[in-house]
Amino acid sequence: MIRRFRKVAGVAAVVLLLGGAIPVVAVDVDAMPTAELQERYDALTHELRCMQCQNQSIADSPVGLASDLRRDVREQIIAGKSDAEIRDAMVARYGNIILFRPPFQASTAWVWILPFLLLIVGVYVAVRIVRQRTALVASDDSVIEPEDVSR
Amino acid sequence: MNRFLIPAVIFLALAGVLYVGVVHSPNKSTMQSALLGRPAPDFNLPILGSASETLSRKQLDGRPWVLNVWGTWCVACRDEHETLIAIAKQNAVPIVGLDWKDDDEAATQWLAQLGNPYSVVAVDRDGRTAIEFGVYGAPETFFIDATGHVQYRHVGPMTIDVWQREFLSRLPRGGIQ
Repeated sequence: MIRRFRKVAGVAAVVLLLGGAIPVVAVDVDAMPTAELQERYDALTHELRCMQCQNQSIADSPVGLASDLRRDVREQIIAGKSDAEIRDAMVARYGNIILFRPPFQASTAWVWILPFLLLIVGVYVAVRIVRQRTALVASDDSVIEPEDVSR
Repeated sequence: MNRFLIPAVIFLALAGVLYVGVVHSPNKSTMQSALLGRPAPDFNLPILGSASETLSRKQLDGRPWVLNVWGTWCVACRDEHETLIAIAKQNAVPIVGLDWKDDDEAATQWLAQLGNPYSVVAVDRDGRTAIEFGVYGAPETFFIDATGHVQYRHVGPMTIDVWQREFLSRLPRGGIQ
């Protein structure tokens, strides 16, 4: 009986935990006049960082400043500004940090280059290890003893 | 030997990069304004406590001024208020308040109760001017020079130390007004 209760309580706890983690998808209720503009609006607001939050875009955040910035994006789109102009306007006010995807500049180059460098190093190391082991296996004609297996 | 040297070098290089990243990560109090050295945004906002008067940036040109972004909903603004009062008593430079997304009545009451350090308070009810200034959390305080260019921004409650080091020092001969 107690066991069953524990089981139910465990399942309930998991459900509650998962339920709490379901993200709020629609923060914004105002729609853009056309589907095309809505698409640009959605893309732009997902690219811009909510400056008051940890790692959230302004599209995902319910805080006041994020909704003000969404309003700003909406108004600029309707005023006929291009995506690049809107991005530039945001950077002029808040700096590069407002963009989730930093521009490729001298100061940000390493952000873009370093992962690829590390990838190359990783591939090189992996290839070397595999080659070494292949060589070991090829040259190894000894019989596996029971004590080796149990190790 | 080689076997340990290469991973060790890679590890140290990576540790170095990450260390620099952590130490220099943008911190709210050190992150400088993107407006630095650029003209302060134009605005034309109602003045708190006045039915018809407005305040524009152009009216402020010609001498240095300080913009303090605050709101009665902002707890840290209450913390810095006493400091602002003390600073205002020095009469070194006009402090313009930007009442950000606030209730006029609550703001008026706040100033009546806690004292008014501001030469004038502009009311930014919908938060548009704050966005133009790149504000992301109150309180923020800007120093704007006589030509209308932003020279400094302080994020978080003002302290006497920051005021002397970063604001007073930017005034010609310690004061105007």
